[in-house]
This record gives sequence, structure tokens and C-alpha cells, in this order.
Amino acid sequence: MKRNTYKSGPDINGRFGKYGGRFVAETLVPLILEVEKAYKKIKKKKSFINEFKKYLKDYVGRPSPLYFAENLSKKLKGPKIYFKRDELNHTGAHKINNTLGQILLAKTMEKKRIIAETGAGQHGVATATVCALFNFPCTIYMGEIDYERQKPNVFRMRLLGADVEKVKSGSKTLKDAMNEALRDWVTNVNDTFYIIGSVAGPHPYPEMVRDFQSVIGHEAKEQIKKKEGKLPNLLIACIGGGSNAMGLFYPFLNDINVKMIGVEAAGEGLNKKHAASIAKGHLGVLHGSKTYILQDKDGQITEPHSISAGLDYPGVGPEHAWLKDTKRVKYVSVTDKEALEAFKFSSRIEGIIPALEPSHALAYLIKKASKMPKDNIVIMNMCGRGDKDIFTVAKKLKINI
Amino acid sequence: MPYKDILKNKFNELKTKKKCGLISFITAGDPDFNTSFQILEKLPECGVDIIELGMPFSDPMADGPIIQRANGRAIKNKMNLKKTFELVKRFRKKNYNTPLILMGYYNPVHRFGINNFINNVKKNNINGVIIVDLPPEEDNELCLPMIKNKVHFIKLATPTTNNIRFKKIIKHASGFIYYISITGITGANYKSNQKLGNQIKNLKKMTKLPIAVGFGIKNKNDVKELSKRADAVVVGSSIIKKVEEAEKKKYNKKKLVDNVLNYVKQLSSVL
Repeated sequence: MKRNTYKSGPDINGRFGKYGGRFVAETLVPLILEVEKAYKKIKKKKSFINEFKKYLKDYVGRPSPLYFAENLSKKLKGPKIYFKRDELNHTGAHKINNTLGQILLAKTMEKKRIIAETGAGQHGVATATVCALFNFPCTIYMGEIDYERQKPNVFRMRLLGADVEKVKSGSKTLKDAMNEALRDWVTNVNDTFYIIGSVAGPHPYPEMVRDFQSVIGHEAKEQIKKKEGKLPNLLIACIGGGSNAMGLFYPFLNDINVKMIGVEAAGEGLNKKHAASIAKGHLGVLHGSKTYILQDKDGQITEPHSISAGLDYPGVGPEHAWLKDTKRVKYVSVTDKEALEAFKFSSRIEGIIPALEPSHALAYLIKKASKMPKDNIVIMNMCGRGDKDIFTVAKKLKINI
Repeated sequence: MPYKDILKNKFNELKTKKKCGLISFITAGDPDFNTSFQILEKLPECGVDIIELGMPFSDPMADGPIIQRANGRAIKNKMNLKKTFELVKRFRKKNYNTPLILMGYYNPVHRFGINNFINNVKKNNINGVIIVDLPPEEDNELCLPMIKNKVHFIKLATPTTNNIRFKKIIKHASGFIYYISITGITGANYKSNQKLGNQIKNLKKMTKLPIAVGFGIKNKNDVKELSKRADAVVVGSSIIKKVEEAEKKKYNKKKLVDNVLNYVKQLSSVL
């Protein structure tokens, strides 16, 4: 075993410490083992890496800029705050980094059909986009509640040629969309590839999604060295399942002087309805992996709540659970209300309308910046843009548009 | 009464009689505790050989809409694992010969606590456990502790299982093998085919454990057809559909119970 590293996980059983694993129905096991084998094989292949990089550059528009948010930094009277601008990616969020990687894998595995779950619709759009690009039929599962609050994304997915299935079971949000996608997968196991959108699900998904998203952190590291001549003091990102955070954090994990904060959705407050699995969840098993899960005393999964559909998930990626235990990353939470304030603040001060997801990370910075040393450097992952959220926000602000 | 392997006895008895066994699946607490007890208690006299009792879970991702809704009804009526054990305890007061196994998902069991769960299984003479989302890769979690305590941990095999995989599955399998007839979820359409027959024959070459076949088996014809190939057949969704039907028609509880049991009698009549 490698010592003094935070980057050796997962082990051969797909575990990060006690978290992770392969908790799926027997029908799916041969397939996920196949995915694991195929991924191991291609991830070191030059041809795959080059193709992935080519599409990231020319199609997604990477590298995304690292932008010094000067107005914001001044206003908050705190450290120098940089935005890693993954909201400028094609399709408007970090999600496409991962869907691109996975569809190239599906292609080499000669799969014929793609399925995916989506919460905010960003992952659904990113999946539908690469399916259009590589000519795959695709079905996106979306909870009925998310379907209603993210209608523009539903329309985008349809324009891109995807079938969008409205999921009416359970709490009608992201977890139920994932249940339904798993039911589809178990039924169409022979020809279908499931593009999971977060660092969740059974092994090898948490590892694979992290690797594809790590492009965020690799770029940020290079960019900050160029701009500041040193590494940042702090990285900060929002956490639902946790893929954008994992992508930013991972390349810095062994740089022990770089602190990291993951911001969960506290919804209406941690004692009311929320989606803060790390703060308030219990160890359990859902959707293929062992991790912190929001559940009642009987082990029934409870309905999460967040103003942000992308954070509205009752679990968290197993690697985050492990990083919490090892104390490498600190996890905090902010409420809907605070996120909404940050959403407005960024729009006015920087001319950047953030998605409600990274508004959570920003909200935490707004609260704490004044207490941080002025010579510190902070990188916040601006992982998505807010166009998709304008209807939700308008409704919250009681404005008719 | 001491804990006894009545599951093994039952399969031996079926073998001697050259009979295919009927395994009926119902969700514990569906539609409520008392009604599900009334169904449970009468299943053996309707020709059920082995009872499979579902432990309600909010996110049953291997189940189709019928069993999903059964889980929903049970949870809505405050059913949980503790009460599931109470249900079995009540059943065991009068019935000591019908094997009963639990089926469900791992999270509620994990939350209940592994030792607590195993103790309750033994105390209530539950004869085996099937956990959908615990494949052999995760045997350390529950399978090995169960085997250590001499409780059957029943493994699943599916159309995606090849011989190498099956060897891995049977390494720690006990009780019987639950063969899932289709790639899909419960309540989907079962299609009789030669491939299934061959697959069962093939598995039988590799294990002495009895093989029960389930998923999508919907009527007398399916049961009869499968009885030639398998040691037992499992029927679930179509039984639970009778609960749902009765609820929809607003039958009183007695009529609901009769509606379910009459259907079970029909199924067992062909065996």
C-alpha cells in the first residue's frame, strides 16, 4: 500500500476505507465488473486520452478560465477569490467532462444505448449532448418534481434527441430517477450503458467519474501556479453527490497545505428539511455504495430538500465520506436562503449568474471571507451557470417573468 | 423451540414427493400489520410450501411498480423491521413447520444492526435471508456472519450469470439458489423458453442446492410449466396485485384476505 497519500483509493473492492463497494443486484454485477475492466484498460491508453482531451478542448471549450473575482474579493474584504469557471463549458456545467469520458468508454465497449438519471437536468443535458454527438439513442430519467422545476432543461434534452422519462415513484426527485435508471439497466443489461452523473453508484463509478472530473483540478493547479506562483490556501466547492468537488479537490489531495471545504445544502435548515448527508446522514447503503445517507431510524431513505435540484440527493459520494473521516476535507452547509443571496450577489457584483449549486459554495465564502487572512488565495468551483434556475429564483423572489 | 433447519427438511420432503414447491412472496405489513398477518397465517393451508416475506424499503430498485406500491403501503402504515419480526413471532406461535425466509434490501438491515438482525432471525425461527443488493462481492457484510450463525443466506443467479460467476456465487450459498428468470425487475413478463430450462440444468450440474425460479411468474400456466424444470417456483407481484385489486374495490379486510388466498389456492392447485 502507498503511504502518506490520499490518492490511493479505491482499493480492489472499490472501497475508500469502509465506504463504497458494489452493492447491486446480481444481474448487474457481471456488467459492472466488465465496465471496471474496460475502464482500467482504456484509462492508460494514449489513443483514449488523446481523444478525450481533443473533445474537451474543441467541443467543451476547455481549459475553463481561472478568473480572479476582484470585485467580490474587495467587497468581502477577505482573501483573493478565484472562480474556476466550469460554468463556461459547453452545456453550462462541469457535467459534460464526465459524460464525454463515459460515452467514449461506452463506445469502446460497443454498447448500443445510453441511460442516465438527472436532478437539475445538467447531467441529463450533458448526456443527451454527447449522445447526439456520438449518435446513441438515450433515455434520461428525471423525477417529476425536478421535471417541473427545470423545464428549460427538459426541453433542451428533447431538442438533443433524448427521451425524457418522468419518474413518479417515491419522492419524485433525483434518487427516484436513479432507482428507475437502475431498473432500466437491469432490464436492458446486455446493450445499455448507464452514464452515472456523480461520484456515486457502485464501483467503478465513483473512481471513474472522479477521474474524468479531475481535469478541473489539474487545470486549476496549473493556472494558479502561473497566476500566483504558488498553490492556493483553500479550495471550495458545493456537494450533492460531489462530482464537481471531487474533480477540483483530487489533484490537490496530497498538497497538504491546501485546505478544502465541501458545502452541502442545508435547505430550510439542518433541523428542518435539507440535503446535508454528511452533516446529518447515517452510514448506510444506497444505489450501489456504502456512504452517509439521509434516512430515518428504520433505514428508510428520507426525502431530501434543497432549492437546488442538483444538490437534492440523500447520499454523498463514498470518497467524500472517507475524506470526511480522515479530516482531509471539511464539510459545512448553507441554507436555501443564503444560497439565494449569493446567487443575487454574484450576479450584481461580478456579472456572473451562478447556478444555485455553486451559489452554496459562494454563500459560505460570503459568510467567512472577512475572517480569512487577506493574503490567502481561494479557488471556488463555479461549476454551473444559473440560466436554468431563473424560474426557480423568480418564483422564490415572487417575481413574474 | 430450538432453531431448526426446516428449510432443508422441506426441500427433502418435496423431493421425496417428487413435487415442485410453491414459494409465495408478500410484503410484510401490506396493506397493514393485521391484514398481512391474516394472509400470512393462512398461506400454508392454501398450499404454500415456503413463505417469503418482504422487508419494506423505501427504494426497492429491483422491484416493479406492484411491489414498489406494496412497500409504500406498508411503510405508510408504519411497518418496519422490528414489526416484521413481531409479525413472524405471531405466525410462529401456531406454525412451526412452514419455512419462512426474509427478502429485502440491505439498508434497513444495516440500520437495524447486523447482530441485532441475526439474533432476531434466530429467535423467531426465520430460516433464511435474501438481500437483493448484497452480491458475493459483499459477502463480508452479512452473508458470512449469517453462515457463522447457521442461518441460510440465499444467493441469486440470473441470466447474466456464467459458470465462472456461478462458482463464485455458490461458494457461500446455502438453503437454495434463487434463479431470476429474466433480466429485469419483479412483475415483468416471464417468457417460457428453452434457454431457461438449459440454464437450470446447467446450474444443477454445479450445485446440489435446490433451485427456485422467480420473477415475472404470473399465473397457473407459468407455475405449471416451470414446475417441470425447477425445485420450487416463486410468485410475488401477481399475489400482491390481489391485495391492490381488493384495496381499489374497497373490499373489507376479510374479503381482501380471501381474494389473495383464493388466488394462492389456484396457483398451488397445479402443483
